[in-house]
Amino acid sequence: MNTVFSLWSSQKGRNLIVQLLMVAGFLGLVWWLVDNTVANLARQNVATGFGFLENNTGFDINQKLIAYDESSSYQRLLLVGLLNTAIVSVLGIFFATLIGFMVGLARLSDNWLVSKLAFLYVEIFRNLPLLIQILFWYVLLIEILPHPRNSFALGDMFFLNNRGLYLPWFTSLSGGNIVLWAIALFGVGWFFVSRQAQKRRELTGQKSSYTRHYFILGVIALAGYLSLWGVPFEPNLPALKGFNFRGGLSFTPEFVALLVALSLYTASFIAEIVRAGVLCVAKGQFEAAKALGLPTNVAMNKVIIPQAMRVIIPPLTSQYLNLTKNSSLAAAIAYPELVSVFAGTALNQTGQAVEIIFITMSIYLFLSLLTSFLMNIYNARVALVEK
Amino acid sequence: MSEKHIIEITHLDKYFGDFHVLKNINLSVAAGERIVICGPSGSGKSTLIRCINHLEQHDGGEIIVEGIPLNDSVKNIDFIRSEVGMVFQQFNLFPHMTVLENCILAPVWVKGVPRAEAEMLALQYLERVRIPDQADKYPGQLSGGQQQRVAIARSLCMQPRIMLFDEPTSALDPEMIKEVLEVMVDLAEQGMTMLCVTHEMGFARRVADRVIFMDEGEIIEENTPAAFFDNPQNDRTKLFLSQIIGD
Amino acid sequence: MRSILKWSRENLFATRMNAVMSVLSIWLVYVAIEGVFSWALINASFIGTDKASCAANPHGACWPFVTAKLNQFVYGNYPMGEQWRVNIVFALGAFGLGLLMTKRVSFKKEVAVLMLTVYPVLTFILLSGGFLGLSYVETNQWGGLLVTLVIAVTGIVVSLPLGILLALGRRSELPIIRIMSIGFIEFWRGVPLITVLFMASVMLPLFLPEGMNFDALLRCLIGVSMFASAYMAEVIRGGLQAIPKGQYEAAKSLGLSYWKSMRLIILPQALVVSIPGIVNTFIGLFKDTTLVMIVGIFDLLGIISFHFTDPNWTSPQVPITGFVFAGLVFWVFCFAMSHYSKSVERRFSVTGENK
Repeated sequence: MNTVFSLWSSQKGRNLIVQLLMVAGFLGLVWWLVDNTVANLARQNVATGFGFLENNTGFDINQKLIAYDESSSYQRLLLVGLLNTAIVSVLGIFFATLIGFMVGLARLSDNWLVSKLAFLYVEIFRNLPLLIQILFWYVLLIEILPHPRNSFALGDMFFLNNRGLYLPWFTSLSGGNIVLWAIALFGVGWFFVSRQAQKRRELTGQKSSYTRHYFILGVIALAGYLSLWGVPFEPNLPALKGFNFRGGLSFTPEFVALLVALSLYTASFIAEIVRAGVLCVAKGQFEAAKALGLPTNVAMNKVIIPQAMRVIIPPLTSQYLNLTKNSSLAAAIAYPELVSVFAGTALNQTGQAVEIIFITMSIYLFLSLLTSFLMNIYNARVALVEK
Repeated sequence: MSEKHIIEITHLDKYFGDFHVLKNINLSVAAGERIVICGPSGSGKSTLIRCINHLEQHDGGEIIVEGIPLNDSVKNIDFIRSEVGMVFQQFNLFPHMTVLENCILAPVWVKGVPRAEAEMLALQYLERVRIPDQADKYPGQLSGGQQQRVAIARSLCMQPRIMLFDEPTSALDPEMIKEVLEVMVDLAEQGMTMLCVTHEMGFARRVADRVIFMDEGEIIEENTPAAFFDNPQNDRTKLFLSQIIGD
Repeated sequence: MRSILKWSRENLFATRMNAVMSVLSIWLVYVAIEGVFSWALINASFIGTDKASCAANPHGACWPFVTAKLNQFVYGNYPMGEQWRVNIVFALGAFGLGLLMTKRVSFKKEVAVLMLTVYPVLTFILLSGGFLGLSYVETNQWGGLLVTLVIAVTGIVVSLPLGILLALGRRSELPIIRIMSIGFIEFWRGVPLITVLFMASVMLPLFLPEGMNFDALLRCLIGVSMFASAYMAEVIRGGLQAIPKGQYEAAKSLGLSYWKSMRLIILPQALVVSIPGIVNTFIGLFKDTTLVMIVGIFDLLGIISFHFTDPNWTSPQVPITGFVFAGLVFWVFCFAMSHYSKSVERRFSVTGENK
């Protein structure tokens, strides 16, 4: 007892005691929760463990990027859900960035009307709960749009009805995939060539014609291939068969509603981030660039944007993360993403709440921690050097 | 209009909203001439030199630099800006670039000077402003006086024929003012055309060919430094000078 | 007239590009206003008692749905005769907030403390009842705007003190306290709220010993509060970081203990700096309350959606009208709050400017 008192009288000892008590309390709480859970599970006769991942799900879902049917396992289902989360998030991030940057820059426009409109956009979409926006677009799509028979059509190629959105697409014939890969490679090459051209421009002061030559070369190669071996693609147009459309690239109303809502909502936040980022670059910077005679595009590319981006990128990334997490709201309209299909349907079917919630949360947690880890690296790299 | 005037300003008017900042300003500057502009704050002196490289757009009158009229033409503006260097009160160095990168940015991207050549030129000018060994540091690592000297070097790298100084020493601690002024004196002695907005009267006496006093958007008095300081004509000038010297 | 022309020439048609943008914008404004007006007013139905009254206007809003159900939208199934209790709670809350937001009130601190301590207790007594002669009203009878506000207010009342503790913990010099705080904060911030709500509704019962059970609303409240606390902690941590180191040193050198220096010197400053962030977190929390409908709680959005299934009101325009109505209510609340936080921010940037 005496030793405890003497420990308590010193700062270090006191710190030690406080921390030990915290650890003890925490472990006690965990033990109590685990004990209760084990007892409850035993009483309810629920299976435990991750064995269920191998079992058949016994149900199908209406959007899958990889092969999946009733006889697939829960593991497969998890992957399908994850991919559906990924596709809506990636597309959402793309559109939200596009709209967000446009609106954010419009907010800074000299044009009074344009900047006020952008302001209105931000205030409307930012202050409406995302769930209401998702539900709103969803009912608009399924209640107001016509049946497939009376679809809105654009040139017999684009169709919009209450079953979804249909776009013209293509199917690859033999050799088609090789061409697609070649074009993708060409795109990657473009990145390097334009960087090389810029380096050369700095080195010699001469404008280089690298990119133009590269482009012409690409066009000639493509034209040569097509004229020798023909076009290895076939159009795949959506067409009404029976009660619904078949063929083409189709999106369910759930997907469209979720994508539209996520993009518009997140764009309103991105717009504010972009605006703040550009505004925080001091006015003097632009003046100094102008006074040196730099043309506007060079002033933007070399002076303003690099400084704005280091302010914009961290919050922008957290918006991307938010969008990904928010895609879980799809549970409300049954778009088959991770939460809706795994933490929803699979949980109801198996009853293994602990395992399923654990897996679901772990996935999001992993994504979040990874993102903030990468952001810390980025922040350390771009931090301005000061005394 | 004589050819030897490098800057011709006639009947210049400028408004900020309803506020008449510059009222019918007429000013000619000969090549190689060194002019100091002073006056109380809000007198329009900064606005005047900011009009010369079109950081502010004037509303009336004419500005002709090296025979080129400053108007809406982007080509003219670009030309004049590449001929006119400017040094700001707040330095306005680009914080994300090293000193050297700050200096070569405009030569490379405006004039198309090869990078190696631009670097050599930049080092030369950095030497002239007496900081050759700081080239790889970032602006944040330098003192205010060093930053301002880098800013001067950055402008000189464009090899301008005219330099504008907008209160270059006002944001500096007293012990740093001297090092910047010395660089400016050097520059003046090498024959650069200079327009300086400054309250450094010692500098004006030593270097200026003409001192211009402005108040409420008008040029009140202009004269040689000796005449200006020792025998001011206008009451407002006298008041201003007594305040400056009493300071 | 001439000044309008001059203004529009300078602000709308300064360059050719500008003119094109202006014309495009005017067209956009016209299309939007025309669409909203014709849907909400010109083509809308206003009176009636069932879907038949809306059938005549298939391209406009069905407002009778909202007016007929308004009582449920606000109170849920709270017994009609007892709704005065809810009204008192609403009125007290509005009065307290009004005092807090009025510039000239000198006893703001006292009001804030009352709002965070006495008000919640009073609210619980009034709403739940069961003693003092008030009849007991089960939480599954609560609904609509009432539940939305209960969740949001509970969230802020719990998250503010908890967030302060977590923020202090995260900046603590004691490694174990710091690690535990970081773990707690990053866990809740890393997962979507919907998974937290799923966890609260299906896993919380498993965590507790047999016989001890929370009702559905309470489970949600716990989930939302934990979630909000983590976000609040980060906002307050930002405020703590904004306080210059000299303040900590001065407090220490005056001989103040850790808790005293926090309570008297650091937190009063940090919390004031954090007000915009706190309000923004609250706006986010308020919008997020809508998610509880996914786990079967009838908040405003939940109860509106629930009434779409009323056979008297099955018509395509009913859900759209319902969501627009819900959106309007939420929007007004959120816009008012964000406006308030902006005005506070502006006040700081004026007084806090030192150049």
